[in-house]
Amino acid sequence: MSVSRRDFLKSSAAVAAAGAVGISVPQEAQAEAAKAESNWRWDKAACRFCGTGCGIMLATKGGKIVAVKGDPAAPVNRGLNCIKGYFNAKIMYGADRLKTPLLRMNDKGEFDKKGKFKPVSWKRAFDEMEFHAKKALKASGPEGVAVFASGQYTVMEGYAAQKMMKGGFRSNAIDPNARHCMASAVVGFYQTFGIDEPSGCYDDIEITDTIVTWGSNMAEMHPILWSRVSDRKLSNPDKVKIVNIQTYTHRTCDIGDINIIFSPNTDLALWNYIAREIVYRDKKGGGKEDIIDWDFINENIVFTAGPTNIGYGLRRAGEKSITPVNPDGSAGKYTALEMEIINKEMEKKVSAKEAPALEPFGYKEGDTMKHTAGTLKHWHISFEDYKKSLEPYTLEYTAEISKGDPNESMESFKEKLQALAELYIEKNRKVVSFWTMGMNQHTRGTWVNTLSYNVHFMLNKQALPGNGAFSLTGQPSACGTAREVGTFCHRLPADMMVKNPKHRAITEKTWGIPAGTLNPVGNQHIMKIHRDIEDGIVKFAWVNVCNAYQDSASASHWIKAAREMDNFIVTSDGYPGISAKVSDLVLPSAMIYEKWGAYGNAERRTQHWRQQVLPVGDAMSDTWQWMEFAKRFTVKDLWGGYTLRNGKKLADVRADAKKFDYTDDTTMYDILFANKGKEYKLDMTKFPQEGYDNSECIGDSRNVKGGDGEVFKGYGYMVHEYLFEEYASFGRGHGHDLAPFEVYHKVRGLKWPVIDGKETQWRFNVKYDPYAAKAVKDSGNNSTHAFYGPLAKNLLQGNLSGPDKSKGKKSLKNKAKIFARPYMDPPEMPDEKYDTWLCTGRVLEHWHSGTMTMRVPELFRAVPEALCYMHPKDAKAKGLKRGELAWVESRRGKVKARVETRGRNRPPQGLVFVPWFDEKVFINKVCLDATCPMSKQTDYKKCAVSIKKV
Amino acid sequence: MKNIKYLLLRRVSQFTILFLYFGANAYGWHMLEGTFGASRLFGFIPLSDPYMVIQVLASGFVLGVDVLLGALIIILFYMIVGGRAFCSWVCPINMVTDLANWLRRKLNLDKEEINYRFIKRRARYWIMVLGIIVSAVVGVAAFEVLSPITIMQRGIIFGFGAGIAVVIAIFLFDLFGIKNGWCGHLCPLGATYSIIGKTSLIRVDHNHENCTNCMDCKVVCPENQVLYMINKESIMVTDGECTNCGRCIDVCNDDALEFNIRNFIKK
Amino acid sequence: MADSNNNRRKFMATTLQSVGLTALGGLLWSGYSDEVKASPLVLRPPAAIEEEDFLKACIKCGLCAEACVNRDSNKNTDGSQRDGTLIMAKGGDHKMIGTPFFIPTEIPCYMCDDIPCVPVCPSGALDMKSVLNKENELDINLARMGLAVVHKESCVAFWGIQCDACYRACPIQGEAITIEHQKNDRTGKHAFLLPIVHSDICTGCGLCEKACITEEPAIFVLPVEEATGRAGNHYVKGWDMKDQLRVKDAKEIHTVDERSDKKASDYLNMEVEY
Repeated sequence: MSVSRRDFLKSSAAVAAAGAVGISVPQEAQAEAAKAESNWRWDKAACRFCGTGCGIMLATKGGKIVAVKGDPAAPVNRGLNCIKGYFNAKIMYGADRLKTPLLRMNDKGEFDKKGKFKPVSWKRAFDEMEFHAKKALKASGPEGVAVFASGQYTVMEGYAAQKMMKGGFRSNAIDPNARHCMASAVVGFYQTFGIDEPSGCYDDIEITDTIVTWGSNMAEMHPILWSRVSDRKLSNPDKVKIVNIQTYTHRTCDIGDINIIFSPNTDLALWNYIAREIVYRDKKGGGKEDIIDWDFINENIVFTAGPTNIGYGLRRAGEKSITPVNPDGSAGKYTALEMEIINKEMEKKVSAKEAPALEPFGYKEGDTMKHTAGTLKHWHISFEDYKKSLEPYTLEYTAEISKGDPNESMESFKEKLQALAELYIEKNRKVVSFWTMGMNQHTRGTWVNTLSYNVHFMLNKQALPGNGAFSLTGQPSACGTAREVGTFCHRLPADMMVKNPKHRAITEKTWGIPAGTLNPVGNQHIMKIHRDIEDGIVKFAWVNVCNAYQDSASASHWIKAAREMDNFIVTSDGYPGISAKVSDLVLPSAMIYEKWGAYGNAERRTQHWRQQVLPVGDAMSDTWQWMEFAKRFTVKDLWGGYTLRNGKKLADVRADAKKFDYTDDTTMYDILFANKGKEYKLDMTKFPQEGYDNSECIGDSRNVKGGDGEVFKGYGYMVHEYLFEEYASFGRGHGHDLAPFEVYHKVRGLKWPVIDGKETQWRFNVKYDPYAAKAVKDSGNNSTHAFYGPLAKNLLQGNLSGPDKSKGKKSLKNKAKIFARPYMDPPEMPDEKYDTWLCTGRVLEHWHSGTMTMRVPELFRAVPEALCYMHPKDAKAKGLKRGELAWVESRRGKVKARVETRGRNRPPQGLVFVPWFDEKVFINKVCLDATCPMSKQTDYKKCAVSIKKV
Repeated sequence: MKNIKYLLLRRVSQFTILFLYFGANAYGWHMLEGTFGASRLFGFIPLSDPYMVIQVLASGFVLGVDVLLGALIIILFYMIVGGRAFCSWVCPINMVTDLANWLRRKLNLDKEEINYRFIKRRARYWIMVLGIIVSAVVGVAAFEVLSPITIMQRGIIFGFGAGIAVVIAIFLFDLFGIKNGWCGHLCPLGATYSIIGKTSLIRVDHNHENCTNCMDCKVVCPENQVLYMINKESIMVTDGECTNCGRCIDVCNDDALEFNIRNFIKK
Repeated sequence: MADSNNNRRKFMATTLQSVGLTALGGLLWSGYSDEVKASPLVLRPPAAIEEEDFLKACIKCGLCAEACVNRDSNKNTDGSQRDGTLIMAKGGDHKMIGTPFFIPTEIPCYMCDDIPCVPVCPSGALDMKSVLNKENELDINLARMGLAVVHKESCVAFWGIQCDACYRACPIQGEAITIEHQKNDRTGKHAFLLPIVHSDICTGCGLCEKACITEEPAIFVLPVEEATGRAGNHYVKGWDMKDQLRVKDAKEIHTVDERSDKKASDYLNMEVEY
């Protein structure tokens, strides 16, 4: 199947129309505009905010950004923006921008954890960081030094941070807030395709006939994409269908042909219900229809299963902070109430609700399920086994457990489920499934991600124009930096893994560091870092481009640990927020357009920009901060031997370092940055540098005093090009090809893999992806697809209960996987005392914790506080009037929030929605830090709360 | 202490009432809510300004029963309790004009009093009637458009804004313009209460026997025409324009003045 | 005699003087009062009667404003009261002094379900009956404080920007404000999502104006009178059964214009120029 002629005609006509309008501006008008803007400089950049990746143009005048416009040449947004993008020019100049390092000090000017913040020099700041990082190394080894990283890092920042952490400190305790955002999607991609990131692209929207959103409020969270969806619907209202599958009614449901409100976590059952319809109605599944594309399946797909008793990613028995266990049920730093849920990490009783789904896996109601910590293990099973796993998901059972709105009739709900399955199954109907946090922030996030591909695979509706399951990312560079650069604790650039010795060797070679330098244990994901701080293991933590203390669930524990224990927390940020507030040292960071950078969006599009203006005050970029920090550590400081917690040893590589002509006193700056960096000459007369600032490379007119106390005059080489090119070298030739640095400054982004200068729209599809074409050619078959991702492509064989090691491993080269995975309950569900589901999320007006958008007066005025959206009947039952304050209380904590029963979000009875941007309504104190045990992504979408009048 | 007893009591009364009104807005108290225009006592007893009610009725709007009842309660109260007691025991402008009057005496401005012949004390009755006529003509309660009393009261409860200018104007007028200019000559609300209070029961009683004719009482009295009987005959001050402020009693060192209950029968 | 004559003349003069001054004062007073009540762009509390009558009826007691600020649903998280929606006009506000009004960009009406400001009004300036539904319950959706108006040229949604902040802020979302989807021919693939206000539902609460993200709100609330036109009673939409209700007060028709203001005979008696 390929794009029909009609589809192509349609989209190309639209492009022509846009071009024509662009040209038709009269000459005089153009001249006049040029005159008015004679002292303005327009240059392209990417929007600061979400994963959509809109292109913008920035006007600078007198060294300040004065205006912004959507970039009409940007294919994603064609000159449009949402209201966050609209304010890109206004986010940088809030009255309380951080302009100088601030350290908690006593009256004598010494660091004091209980002291007040006072301004210090950069030199003093790095002195303190060096002292405390060395102290932490001494106490806990590399596991004691951690970084809260970000999906909002520029590519270069992320790469610099990861290089210094993993190559310098030999610490894998660097993990981005992207862990909270799309880790489940990543593991889903890895397990299914063997390689990260979506197969399709946004062009699917214009080509498809059906858009199904799963746990995604696209209208608010990806407004520009939503306008494309809306346009698609407009263009053929009868044919194009929009289905929304959500736990509460929101803005996106407005134009849904079908809106399905389901009970939290039962999306697992919904996907399996659709799969059951497909399998059981197909001839080979015992039915009468030809539904499954068996040619495609036989050629490209295998069936697999994994263990179900994987827990919920909570703390495990024996961890320091939940020891000792007291007779009253409390344990260590956790109350008895908290332990009620944490104990489920070790074992749980199978409930009536989940028992039918777990039956094929060998469990029945009332069984005790003993959990082992999350594992990625999986093995081949037969189609029959897969079919067996789907048996429970009859319409009856599925509707029974998943109907989310008590006021909806069972008949109506069932009809919707049937209609949904029909839309997927309908021959020749193209379907795109979009999801965001609803499916990712999920204690079975990895499972539900893989379940989506099951349905698309069986119908051969994946990796085709207009067809596919498509994970939308939240952050602007969750793909570009966190995932592709690999700023996760377990990753290295370009889909390589720290635990894989070959991958470490490749990385060590590229980085010019001794073999054995890299630490093979990468398990300090973001929640683990918080827990390790609470356990007293991590003693130095640096918050980069995120707000780790506002965005993490069970927040009170982490804040208490930061403020009361012997550790040193540093936050680099443009504006003061919760993380800065709980830190010991605050560093002023350059904001997005005050530095060179690149972001990668959800459709694999990499976009670069140049430094438009100088940072405010003494703020400097995070890249610079990392490089200055690296100057403080030498071979002898970091490269001795260590014994890790689990007993593994890191070799002493100081002697090997000498082979690289490094001495004991060579700094990490020299080894990791300057040595190779100097090859990238700085040419002020050459594009793209000509006419633009470059604070890291040549210093700037502010004459900021750097880490050594002297005026910083620049590193003297093209740092950004160097970092980008070295990073890109990992992916080139491995399905992850990026174009040269310079090219990105000429184009409006390119979707990787970029091969022979051409971007790739649909991966794994022989017609569009040269890698797939090559794989098929090499293997000599004539398949339409090749799922060439290299990870986990050799598996044991078994059945739903486990692998049978005697059968040996079987390769599945170039194939993708369908997984048998059941519905299971989340660890905490409403009960008598905590009788309401709590779901958290964002609002269109504010980005994440609001550090930027709350500084834009218009956006602040629009949404000054987070409200608790609830059903009017629930409000009435609890004696609450609209606008009154209510306690939203869980086993972990409580916050006051104003009740709203009207407006944009309309939860069913039994569920409340509270956005998390507002630090005054600190909802993460209430949320549970349960994660998908495989992806370690926190489930912010469900926990049990009580709602009481204040 | 003796010679400021009633002054203190009045100030306590004025401040207490204002504070209760203020608290109704600021703290949500239910003791005394609203403003003089209309109030609720203890959350349910309606009170309203009779002159305001007359103006609104004149403007052509049929008011709610609560307001009419409130006006009736107020009228009955002042008919019994004491004439213009509102002016000296409740009205916040009284504090402003008293201050102006006191300063006037301290600065000796009275000696060279400029005689604005064309403003007589009875002007207030003209203004009162005029207010009703204007209300009828324009279709809005006319005195309320510029009443310094409610402007000051609302100012205290809800914030002043530029309304403070009116209060300052009254102060300056009383200080540099006419002695007792506002309360004694112009205020139509005072005029209303003068009429209501003609028959009130609590009155200042003069004991001619004790009087030494020192005239201190006439100096402090804001409506000194009502003290025509001083040192002449032992009768009560029955003129409605007396505000029952008790200053004359305070300043009298000869026990020649005292509050008393009016006895219609004796007469 | 001369004395009494003198006295009489003096008395006459004084009386004349008094009458004259009173008349002068009356005129000034009337003029001033008339002027201060002429502030048509004022938004009144819910259930306020027509402005002309409201100005008569409001006795400026402030009970509505006190009920507004002290309602249970107006607390800050620290327990303190937020400012109330209703402001008692003071000097400098350029509104009829002492009367309650609100400014949506500062604090809009949050449309409390129990409408605390209305039942407390003692004078009838706020007419509770007008916000009682068929079940005789208070229903804020019936309030008509004003009408939101969108200025197309400054509304960024009409530029194609994905905004609909007003729509999301609307307490009667999807009814008082709806989104109209239109194709954007310039980009070829992004729909316009345009806010449309429906005057039969909009209460004029001003939450949209507060939420509007342009520097000066592009959607703003005007008093209903100022924001609406009126079609004549002489024509009924033939395709809409309900429209007849609109003209239930239709009266006998009399028309006069420049062409018809002369009597027919007078007109006929004028010669035609030729």
